[in-house]
Amino acid sequence: MFKAKLFLCLVAFELFLLTVLQWRSGIVAAADHTLLIEKRELAAQMKLTDLALWTEARYTRHPSQTDFFSAFQDSPGSPDHFPAGSIMAPPSQFHRQ
Amino acid sequence: MKQLKILEFALAALLRRKFKNFAILAMFSFTVAILSSVLSLTHALKEETAYILQDVPDLIVQRVIGGRHDLIPLQYRKEVAAIRGVTGVEPRYWGYYYDALTRANYTLIGTGGTTANLTLLDGHLPAESGQSAIGLGVAEMRGSTQSGELILVNSKNTGVLYEVSGIFRSESRLLTNDLVVLTDDDIIRFFGYPDGQATDLVVTVPNSNEIQTVAAKIKKILPDTRPITKRELIRTYDMVFNWRSGMMLTVFSAAVIAFCIIAWDKATGISGEEKQEIGILKAVGWDTADVLALKFWEGLSLSLLSLLTGLILSYIHIALFNGVILSSVIRGWSVLFPGFQIEPSFPLYHIWLMTFCTIVPYVASTVIPTWKTAITDPDSVMRG
Repeated sequence: MFKAKLFLCLVAFELFLLTVLQWRSGIVAAADHTLLIEKRELAAQMKLTDLALWTEARYTRHPSQTDFFSAFQDSPGSPDHFPAGSIMAPPSQFHRQ
Repeated sequence: MKQLKILEFALAALLRRKFKNFAILAMFSFTVAILSSVLSLTHALKEETAYILQDVPDLIVQRVIGGRHDLIPLQYRKEVAAIRGVTGVEPRYWGYYYDALTRANYTLIGTGGTTANLTLLDGHLPAESGQSAIGLGVAEMRGSTQSGELILVNSKNTGVLYEVSGIFRSESRLLTNDLVVLTDDDIIRFFGYPDGQATDLVVTVPNSNEIQTVAAKIKKILPDTRPITKRELIRTYDMVFNWRSGMMLTVFSAAVIAFCIIAWDKATGISGEEKQEIGILKAVGWDTADVLALKFWEGLSLSLLSLLTGLILSYIHIALFNGVILSSVIRGWSVLFPGFQIEPSFPLYHIWLMTFCTIVPYVASTVIPTWKTAITDPDSVMRG
Protein backbone atom coordinates (compact mmCIF):
# COMPACT_ATOMS: atom_id res chain seq x y z
CA MET A 1 0.00 0.00 0.00
CA PHE A 2 3.01 2.22 -0.43
CA LYS A 3 1.61 4.10 -3.42
CA ALA A 4 -1.74 4.84 -1.76
CA LYS A 5 -0.07 6.09 1.41
CA LEU A 6 2.38 8.21 -0.59
CA PHE A 7 -0.52 9.67 -2.58
CA LEU A 8 -2.52 10.47 0.56
CA CYS A 9 0.56 12.09 2.12
CA LEU A 10 1.06 14.19 -1.02
CA VAL A 11 -2.59 15.33 -0.99
CA ALA A 12 -2.35 16.12 2.73
CA PHE A 13 0.87 18.08 2.14
CA GLU A 14 -0.69 20.10 -0.69
CA LEU A 15 -3.76 20.82 1.44
CA PHE A 16 -1.51 21.91 4.28
CA LEU A 17 0.54 24.13 1.95
CA LEU A 18 -2.63 25.70 0.55
CA THR A 19 -3.91 26.39 4.07
CA VAL A 20 -0.58 27.98 5.03
CA LEU A 21 -0.64 30.16 1.90
CA GLN A 22 -4.22 31.25 2.64
CA TRP A 23 -3.25 31.99 6.22
CA ARG A 24 -0.25 34.00 4.98
CA SER A 25 -2.58 35.99 2.68
CA GLY A 26 -4.74 36.85 5.66
CA ILE A 27 -1.73 38.11 7.62
CA VAL A 28 -0.36 40.11 4.68
CA ALA A 29 -3.81 41.59 4.00
CA ALA A 30 -4.13 42.62 7.64
CA ALA A 31 -0.67 44.23 7.54
CA ASP A 32 -1.59 46.04 4.31
CA HIS A 33 -4.72 47.52 5.85
CA THR A 34 -2.91 50.73 6.84
CA LEU A 35 -1.71 51.06 3.28
CA LEU A 36 -5.28 50.63 2.04
CA ILE A 37 -6.43 53.42 4.37
CA GLU A 38 -3.67 55.65 3.00
CA LYS A 39 -4.71 54.89 -0.57
CA ARG A 40 -8.32 55.64 0.32
CA GLU A 41 -7.25 58.96 1.84
CA LEU A 42 -5.23 59.77 -1.27
CA ALA A 43 -8.20 59.08 -3.56
CA ALA A 44 -10.44 61.22 -1.35
CA GLN A 45 -8.01 64.16 -1.04
CA MET A 46 -7.15 64.23 -4.73
CA LYS A 47 -10.78 63.51 -5.73
CA LEU A 48 -9.59 60.61 -7.89
CA THR A 49 -12.33 58.51 -9.42
CA ASP A 50 -10.50 55.82 -11.38
CA LEU A 51 -7.53 53.48 -11.40
CA ALA A 52 -4.45 54.25 -13.49
CA LEU A 53 -4.50 50.81 -15.09
CA TRP A 54 -5.18 51.40 -18.77
CA THR A 55 -3.90 54.74 -20.02
CA GLU A 56 -4.33 54.26 -23.74
CA ALA A 57 -7.75 55.89 -24.16
CA ARG A 58 -10.01 58.12 -22.10
CA TYR A 59 -12.69 55.46 -21.76
CA THR A 60 -10.16 52.95 -20.46
CA ARG A 61 -8.34 55.43 -18.18
CA HIS A 62 -11.60 56.72 -16.68
CA PRO A 63 -14.28 54.05 -17.26
CA SER A 64 -16.54 55.65 -14.66
CA GLN A 65 -16.39 59.08 -16.34
CA THR A 66 -16.71 58.01 -19.93
CA ASP A 67 -19.52 59.19 -22.19
CA PHE A 68 -21.95 56.73 -23.70
CA PHE A 69 -20.37 56.78 -27.15
CA SER A 70 -16.66 56.55 -26.42
CA ALA A 71 -16.52 52.84 -27.15
CA PHE A 72 -17.78 53.65 -30.66
CA GLN A 73 -15.54 56.57 -31.49
CA ASP A 74 -15.78 56.37 -35.26
CA SER A 75 -19.23 54.95 -35.79
CA PRO A 76 -21.78 52.99 -33.82
CA GLY A 77 -20.80 49.34 -33.76
CA SER A 78 -17.25 49.94 -34.96
CA PRO A 79 -14.68 47.55 -33.53
CA ASP A 80 -12.83 48.60 -30.43
CA HIS A 81 -9.48 50.30 -31.01
CA PHE A 82 -7.78 49.10 -27.88
CA PRO A 83 -7.23 45.65 -26.41
CA ALA A 84 -8.29 46.90 -22.97
CA GLY A 85 -11.78 47.29 -24.41
CA SER A 86 -12.01 43.52 -24.60
CA ILE A 87 -10.53 43.08 -21.14
CA MET A 88 -12.93 45.35 -19.29
CA ALA A 89 -16.66 44.89 -19.22
CA PRO A 90 -18.95 47.54 -20.74
CA PRO A 91 -19.77 50.56 -18.53
CA SER A 92 -22.44 49.90 -15.94
CA GLN A 93 -24.83 52.26 -17.74
CA PHE A 94 -25.27 49.60 -20.41
CA HIS A 95 -26.48 47.08 -17.85
CA ARG A 96 -30.10 47.55 -16.98
CA GLN A 97 -31.05 46.46 -13.50
CA MET B 1 -9.45 -0.75 3.86
CA LYS B 2 -10.93 -2.18 0.68
CA GLN B 3 -11.12 1.30 -0.83
CA LEU B 4 -7.47 1.89 0.11
CA LYS B 5 -6.50 -1.26 -1.77
CA ILE B 6 -8.55 -0.17 -4.77
CA LEU B 7 -6.78 3.22 -4.58
CA GLU B 8 -3.41 1.41 -4.54
CA PHE B 9 -4.47 -0.54 -7.63
CA ALA B 10 -5.76 2.65 -9.32
CA LEU B 11 -2.45 4.44 -8.72
CA ALA B 12 -0.54 1.46 -10.12
CA ALA B 13 -2.81 1.56 -13.20
CA LEU B 14 -2.14 5.29 -13.61
CA LEU B 15 1.63 4.73 -13.32
CA ARG B 16 1.49 2.04 -16.02
CA ARG B 17 0.50 4.84 -18.45
CA LYS B 18 2.68 7.41 -16.75
CA PHE B 19 3.61 9.60 -19.73
CA LYS B 20 -0.01 10.09 -20.78
CA ASN B 21 -1.15 10.69 -17.22
CA PHE B 22 1.69 13.07 -16.39
CA ALA B 23 0.81 15.03 -19.53
CA ILE B 24 -2.83 15.21 -18.38
CA LEU B 25 -1.71 16.19 -14.87
CA ALA B 26 0.51 18.97 -16.23
CA MET B 27 -2.13 20.35 -18.57
CA PHE B 28 -4.88 20.02 -16.01
CA SER B 29 -2.78 21.82 -13.36
CA PHE B 30 -1.87 24.57 -15.83
CA THR B 31 -5.53 25.10 -16.75
CA VAL B 32 -6.51 25.30 -13.09
CA ALA B 33 -3.56 27.62 -12.35
CA ILE B 34 -4.53 30.05 -15.09
CA LEU B 35 -8.23 30.05 -14.22
CA SER B 36 -7.51 30.39 -10.55
CA SER B 37 -4.99 33.20 -11.17
CA VAL B 38 -7.58 35.10 -13.19
CA LEU B 39 -10.24 34.65 -10.51
CA SER B 40 -7.86 35.46 -7.68
CA LEU B 41 -6.35 38.51 -9.36
CA THR B 42 -9.68 40.02 -10.34
CA HIS B 43 -11.14 39.26 -6.92
CA ALA B 44 -8.21 41.02 -5.21
CA LEU B 45 -8.42 44.01 -7.58
CA LYS B 46 -12.17 44.23 -7.10
CA GLU B 47 -11.89 44.14 -3.32
CA GLU B 48 -9.09 46.70 -3.24
CA THR B 49 -10.85 49.07 -5.65
CA ALA B 50 -14.14 48.83 -3.75
CA TYR B 51 -12.30 49.81 -0.58
CA ILE B 52 -10.18 52.59 -2.06
CA LEU B 53 -13.12 54.23 -3.80
CA GLN B 54 -15.27 54.40 -0.66
CA ASP B 55 -14.45 58.09 -0.07
CA VAL B 56 -14.58 59.34 -3.65
CA PRO B 57 -16.84 62.35 -4.35
CA ASP B 58 -20.54 61.72 -3.74
CA LEU B 59 -21.47 63.15 -7.11
CA ILE B 60 -19.55 64.23 -10.20
CA VAL B 61 -21.45 66.51 -12.57
CA GLN B 62 -20.28 66.57 -16.18
CA ARG B 63 -21.62 68.62 -19.04
CA VAL B 64 -22.46 66.60 -22.12
CA ILE B 65 -22.72 68.20 -25.56
CA GLY B 66 -23.39 66.11 -28.64
CA GLY B 67 -22.94 62.97 -26.58
CA ARG B 68 -19.44 64.04 -25.55
CA HIS B 69 -18.04 65.22 -22.26
CA ASP B 70 -17.56 68.98 -22.44
CA LEU B 71 -16.29 71.73 -20.14
CA ILE B 72 -18.87 72.83 -17.58
CA PRO B 73 -19.60 76.53 -16.91
CA LEU B 74 -18.78 77.60 -13.35
CA GLN B 75 -22.14 79.38 -12.99
CA TYR B 76 -23.74 75.92 -12.81
CA ARG B 77 -22.22 75.74 -9.32
CA LYS B 78 -24.79 78.19 -7.92
CA GLU B 79 -27.73 76.21 -9.24
CA VAL B 80 -26.35 72.93 -7.93
CA ALA B 81 -25.42 74.45 -4.55
CA ALA B 82 -29.00 75.72 -4.14
CA ILE B 83 -30.37 72.17 -4.10
CA ARG B 84 -31.36 71.03 -0.59
CA GLY B 85 -28.96 68.46 0.77
CA VAL B 86 -25.91 69.77 -1.11
CA THR B 87 -23.21 71.15 1.17
CA GLY B 88 -20.44 71.82 -1.31
CA VAL B 89 -19.72 72.20 -5.02
CA GLU B 90 -16.13 72.34 -6.20
CA PRO B 91 -14.77 72.52 -9.74
CA ARG B 92 -12.23 69.94 -10.91
CA TYR B 93 -9.67 70.75 -13.56
CA TRP B 94 -8.09 67.85 -15.34
CA GLY B 95 -7.28 66.52 -18.79
CA TYR B 96 -5.11 64.16 -20.81
CA TYR B 97 -1.67 64.75 -22.21
CA TYR B 98 0.05 62.68 -24.88
CA ASP B 99 3.79 62.73 -24.40
CA ALA B 100 5.32 62.30 -27.84
CA LEU B 101 8.75 61.78 -26.27
CA THR B 102 7.78 58.61 -24.42
CA ARG B 103 4.60 57.83 -26.40
CA ALA B 104 2.68 57.61 -23.15
CA ASN B 105 -0.53 59.27 -22.00
CA TYR B 106 -0.52 61.19 -18.73
CA THR B 107 -3.46 62.44 -16.72
CA LEU B 108 -3.00 66.04 -15.62
CA ILE B 109 -5.09 67.07 -12.64
CA GLY B 110 -5.40 70.21 -10.53
CA THR B 111 -4.94 70.09 -6.78
CA GLY B 112 -8.34 71.72 -6.18
CA GLY B 113 -6.63 73.84 -3.54
CA THR B 114 -5.61 70.80 -1.47
CA THR B 115 -2.37 71.19 0.40
CA ALA B 116 -2.86 68.14 2.63
CA ASN B 117 0.19 66.13 3.59
CA LEU B 118 -0.30 62.78 1.92
CA THR B 119 1.53 59.83 3.43
CA LEU B 120 1.87 58.22 0.00
CA LEU B 121 3.62 61.26 -1.42
CA ASP B 122 7.37 61.83 -1.01
CA GLY B 123 7.54 65.62 -0.93
CA HIS B 124 4.50 67.88 -1.09
CA LEU B 125 1.66 68.79 -3.41
CA PRO B 126 2.24 71.82 -5.64
CA ALA B 127 1.68 74.88 -3.49
CA GLU B 128 2.48 77.51 -6.11
CA SER B 129 2.58 77.91 -9.86
CA GLY B 130 5.39 76.02 -11.58
CA GLN B 131 5.40 73.08 -9.19
CA SER B 132 4.16 69.56 -9.82
CA ALA B 133 3.68 66.26 -8.01
CA ILE B 134 4.00 63.25 -10.27
CA GLY B 135 3.31 59.52 -10.29
CA LEU B 136 6.22 57.12 -10.15
CA GLY B 137 5.48 55.87 -13.69
CA VAL B 138 5.88 59.41 -15.09
CA ALA B 139 8.97 60.04 -12.93
CA GLU B 140 10.67 56.86 -14.13
CA MET B 141 9.81 57.48 -17.75
CA ARG B 142 10.96 61.10 -17.76
CA GLY B 143 13.91 60.69 -15.41
CA SER B 144 12.43 63.31 -13.10
CA THR B 145 13.65 61.49 -10.00
CA GLN B 146 17.18 62.64 -10.76
CA SER B 147 16.54 65.97 -12.48
CA GLY B 148 13.68 67.17 -10.25
CA GLU B 149 12.14 68.75 -13.34
CA LEU B 150 9.38 67.97 -15.79
CA ILE B 151 8.95 69.63 -19.15
CA LEU B 152 5.56 69.36 -20.88
CA VAL B 153 4.35 70.96 -24.10
CA ASN B 154 1.22 73.06 -23.56
CA SER B 155 -1.75 73.73 -25.85
CA LYS B 156 0.15 76.61 -27.52
CA ASN B 157 2.96 74.15 -28.39
CA THR B 158 5.34 75.77 -25.93
CA GLY B 159 7.47 73.76 -23.53
CA VAL B 160 6.71 74.48 -19.88
CA LEU B 161 9.14 73.58 -17.11
CA TYR B 162 7.74 72.38 -13.80
CA GLU B 163 9.70 71.79 -10.63
CA VAL B 164 8.87 68.35 -9.19
CA SER B 165 7.81 69.04 -5.61
CA GLY B 166 6.70 65.49 -4.87
CA ILE B 167 6.68 61.96 -6.27
CA PHE B 168 3.95 59.51 -5.33
CA ARG B 169 5.23 56.36 -3.67
CA SER B 170 5.19 53.05 -5.52
CA GLU B 171 2.48 51.65 -3.21
CA SER B 172 0.03 54.13 -4.73
CA ARG B 173 0.83 53.19 -8.33
CA LEU B 174 -2.63 51.77 -8.95
CA LEU B 175 -4.04 55.28 -8.46
CA THR B 176 -1.21 57.63 -9.36
CA ASN B 177 1.11 55.95 -11.87
CA ASP B 178 0.30 58.33 -14.76
CA LEU B 179 -0.65 61.40 -12.71
CA VAL B 180 0.83 64.85 -13.05
CA VAL B 181 -0.62 67.09 -10.35
CA LEU B 182 -0.40 70.86 -10.94
CA THR B 183 -2.14 73.80 -9.33
CA ASP B 184 -5.59 74.55 -10.79
CA ASP B 185 -4.31 77.77 -12.41
CA ASP B 186 -1.45 75.90 -14.07
CA ILE B 187 -3.89 73.33 -15.47
CA ILE B 188 -6.14 76.10 -16.85
CA ARG B 189 -3.15 77.82 -18.46
CA PHE B 190 -1.60 74.59 -19.72
CA PHE B 191 -4.72 73.35 -21.52
CA GLY B 192 -5.89 76.85 -22.42
CA TYR B 193 -9.31 76.33 -20.82
CA PRO B 194 -11.65 79.30 -21.36
CA ASP B 195 -12.34 81.49 -18.32
CA GLY B 196 -15.21 80.40 -16.09
CA GLN B 197 -15.16 76.77 -17.19
CA ALA B 198 -14.02 73.59 -15.43
CA THR B 199 -13.71 69.94 -16.45
CA ASP B 200 -16.47 68.86 -14.07
CA LEU B 201 -18.01 69.64 -10.69
CA VAL B 202 -17.61 67.67 -7.49
CA VAL B 203 -20.74 67.77 -5.35
CA THR B 204 -20.80 66.89 -1.65
CA VAL B 205 -24.00 65.33 -0.33
CA PRO B 206 -23.46 64.23 3.30
CA ASN B 207 -26.61 62.10 3.49
CA SER B 208 -25.98 59.14 1.21
CA ASN B 209 -29.73 58.45 0.96
CA GLU B 210 -30.18 61.80 -0.79
CA ILE B 211 -27.51 61.36 -3.49
CA GLN B 212 -29.85 59.77 -6.01
CA THR B 213 -32.52 62.45 -5.47
CA VAL B 214 -29.95 65.25 -5.77
CA ALA B 215 -28.67 63.66 -9.00
CA ALA B 216 -32.21 63.56 -10.40
CA LYS B 217 -32.76 67.22 -9.45
CA ILE B 218 -29.49 68.28 -11.11
CA LYS B 219 -30.52 66.48 -14.29
CA LYS B 220 -33.90 68.26 -14.18
CA ILE B 221 -32.50 71.75 -13.52
CA LEU B 222 -29.53 71.37 -15.88
CA PRO B 223 -30.61 69.00 -18.67
CA ASP B 224 -27.26 69.20 -20.50
CA THR B 225 -25.45 67.65 -17.55
CA ARG B 226 -24.75 64.10 -16.49
CA PRO B 227 -24.49 63.44 -12.77
CA ILE B 228 -22.40 60.37 -11.87
CA THR B 229 -23.10 59.07 -8.40
CA LYS B 230 -20.59 57.37 -6.12
CA ARG B 231 -22.65 54.18 -6.33
CA GLU B 232 -22.43 54.16 -10.14
CA LEU B 233 -18.71 54.78 -9.91
CA ILE B 234 -18.08 51.85 -7.59
CA ARG B 235 -20.43 49.66 -9.62
CA THR B 236 -18.47 50.45 -12.77
CA TYR B 237 -15.38 48.90 -11.23
CA ASP B 238 -17.39 46.01 -9.98
CA MET B 239 -18.39 45.42 -13.60
CA VAL B 240 -14.88 46.04 -14.96
CA PHE B 241 -13.44 43.35 -12.74
CA ASN B 242 -16.43 41.12 -12.97
CA TRP B 243 -15.41 37.61 -13.80
CA ARG B 244 -17.84 37.61 -16.67
CA SER B 245 -15.87 40.33 -18.44
CA GLY B 246 -14.25 39.83 -21.82
CA MET B 247 -10.87 38.68 -20.59
CA MET B 248 -12.45 36.15 -18.29
CA LEU B 249 -14.48 34.75 -21.13
CA THR B 250 -11.49 34.60 -23.43
CA VAL B 251 -9.16 32.92 -20.97
CA PHE B 252 -11.90 30.80 -19.49
CA SER B 253 -13.20 29.60 -22.84
CA ALA B 254 -9.70 28.63 -24.04
CA ALA B 255 -9.13 26.62 -20.88
CA VAL B 256 -12.57 25.07 -20.98
CA ILE B 257 -12.19 24.09 -24.64
CA ALA B 258 -8.86 22.40 -23.87
CA PHE B 259 -10.41 20.64 -20.94
CA CYS B 260 -13.47 19.61 -22.98
CA ILE B 261 -11.21 18.01 -25.58
CA ILE B 262 -9.70 15.77 -22.89
CA ALA B 263 -13.09 15.00 -21.39
CA TRP B 264 -14.55 14.30 -24.84
CA ASP B 265 -11.62 12.04 -25.70
CA LYS B 266 -12.15 10.07 -22.53
CA ALA B 267 -15.95 10.05 -22.66
CA THR B 268 -16.24 8.88 -26.26
CA GLY B 269 -14.46 5.66 -25.52
CA ILE B 270 -11.71 4.04 -23.58
CA SER B 271 -8.70 2.48 -25.20
CA GLY B 272 -8.50 -1.20 -26.15
CA GLU B 273 -5.88 -1.70 -23.46
CA GLU B 274 -8.20 -0.26 -20.81
CA LYS B 275 -11.10 -2.38 -22.06
CA GLN B 276 -8.96 -5.48 -21.84
CA GLU B 277 -7.93 -4.52 -18.31
CA ILE B 278 -11.58 -4.15 -17.27
CA GLY B 279 -12.41 -7.49 -18.91
CA ILE B 280 -9.60 -9.24 -17.01
CA LEU B 281 -10.69 -7.69 -13.71
CA LYS B 282 -14.26 -8.86 -14.29
CA ALA B 283 -13.04 -12.32 -15.30
CA VAL B 284 -10.99 -12.68 -12.10
CA GLY B 285 -14.03 -11.89 -10.00
CA TRP B 286 -14.24 -8.10 -9.62
CA ASP B 287 -17.79 -6.71 -9.32
CA THR B 288 -18.98 -3.95 -11.62
CA ALA B 289 -19.10 -1.74 -8.50
CA ASP B 290 -15.42 -2.49 -7.77
CA VAL B 291 -14.41 -1.68 -11.35
CA LEU B 292 -16.36 1.58 -11.14
CA ALA B 293 -14.70 2.35 -7.77
CA LEU B 294 -11.31 1.73 -9.39
CA LYS B 295 -12.02 4.15 -12.21
CA PHE B 296 -13.51 6.64 -9.74
CA TRP B 297 -10.28 6.60 -7.73
CA GLU B 298 -8.21 6.91 -10.91
CA GLY B 299 -10.17 9.99 -11.98
CA LEU B 300 -10.34 11.50 -8.51
CA SER B 301 -6.66 11.05 -7.69
CA LEU B 302 -5.56 12.62 -10.96
CA SER B 303 -8.02 15.52 -10.84
CA LEU B 304 -7.60 16.24 -7.11
CA LEU B 305 -3.83 16.32 -7.44
CA SER B 306 -4.14 18.60 -10.49
CA LEU B 307 -6.56 20.90 -8.69
CA LEU B 308 -4.38 21.30 -5.62
CA THR B 309 -1.20 21.71 -7.68
CA GLY B 310 -2.95 24.25 -9.91
CA LEU B 311 -4.16 26.28 -6.93
CA ILE B 312 -0.68 26.34 -5.38
CA LEU B 313 0.89 27.30 -8.72
CA SER B 314 -1.60 30.14 -9.17
CA TYR B 315 -0.82 31.42 -5.69
CA ILE B 316 2.91 31.40 -6.46
CA HIS B 317 2.24 33.05 -9.84
CA ILE B 318 0.33 35.95 -8.28
CA ALA B 319 2.23 36.37 -5.00
CA LEU B 320 5.81 35.78 -6.09
CA PHE B 321 5.74 36.63 -9.78
CA ASN B 322 3.11 39.39 -9.62
CA GLY B 323 0.86 37.61 -12.12
CA VAL B 324 3.46 37.95 -14.89
CA ILE B 325 1.53 35.80 -17.41
CA LEU B 326 -1.74 37.65 -16.87
CA SER B 327 -0.35 41.17 -16.53
CA SER B 328 0.86 41.04 -20.14
CA VAL B 329 -2.71 40.14 -21.16
CA ILE B 330 -4.28 42.77 -18.92
CA ARG B 331 -1.73 45.41 -19.91
CA GLY B 332 -3.32 46.04 -23.31
CA TRP B 333 -1.61 48.96 -25.05
CA SER B 334 -0.86 50.90 -21.90
CA VAL B 335 2.65 52.31 -22.11
CA LEU B 336 2.45 53.29 -18.46
CA PHE B 337 1.20 50.22 -16.66
CA PRO B 338 1.34 50.16 -12.88
CA GLY B 339 1.92 46.42 -12.53
CA PHE B 340 0.42 44.46 -9.67
CA GLN B 341 1.43 44.22 -6.07
CA ILE B 342 -1.50 42.13 -5.06
CA GLU B 343 -1.87 39.49 -2.41
CA PRO B 344 -3.88 36.58 -3.77
CA SER B 345 -6.73 35.12 -1.83
CA PHE B 346 -9.06 32.28 -2.66
CA PRO B 347 -12.56 32.82 -1.36
CA LEU B 348 -14.33 29.57 -0.59
CA TYR B 349 -16.75 29.94 -3.50
CA HIS B 350 -13.80 30.16 -5.94
CA ILE B 351 -12.47 26.86 -4.62
CA TRP B 352 -15.93 25.29 -4.93
CA LEU B 353 -16.27 26.69 -8.44
CA MET B 354 -12.91 25.27 -9.49
CA THR B 355 -13.73 21.92 -7.89
CA PHE B 356 -17.08 21.57 -9.63
CA CYS B 357 -15.70 22.78 -12.96
CA THR B 358 -12.76 20.36 -12.92
CA ILE B 359 -13.06 17.34 -10.63
CA VAL B 360 -16.73 16.54 -11.23
CA PRO B 361 -16.66 16.49 -15.06
CA TYR B 362 -13.31 14.68 -15.14
CA VAL B 363 -14.41 11.94 -12.74
CA ALA B 364 -17.72 11.63 -14.62
CA SER B 365 -15.95 11.32 -17.96
CA THR B 366 -13.74 8.58 -16.47
CA VAL B 367 -16.49 6.57 -14.81
CA ILE B 368 -19.29 6.73 -17.41
CA PRO B 369 -17.47 4.98 -20.34
CA THR B 370 -16.10 2.44 -17.87
CA TRP B 371 -19.61 1.64 -16.70
CA LYS B 372 -20.59 0.96 -20.33
CA THR B 373 -17.68 -1.48 -20.67
CA ALA B 374 -18.04 -3.00 -17.20
CA ILE B 375 -21.63 -4.14 -17.79
CA THR B 376 -20.62 -5.95 -21.00
CA ASP B 377 -19.69 -9.62 -20.92
CA PRO B 378 -15.96 -9.95 -19.96
CA ASP B 379 -15.27 -12.47 -22.69
CA SER B 380 -16.50 -10.21 -25.49
CA VAL B 381 -14.69 -7.23 -23.92
CA MET B 382 -11.37 -9.11 -23.86
CA ARG B 383 -11.83 -10.31 -27.45
CA GLY B 384 -12.48 -6.64 -28.45
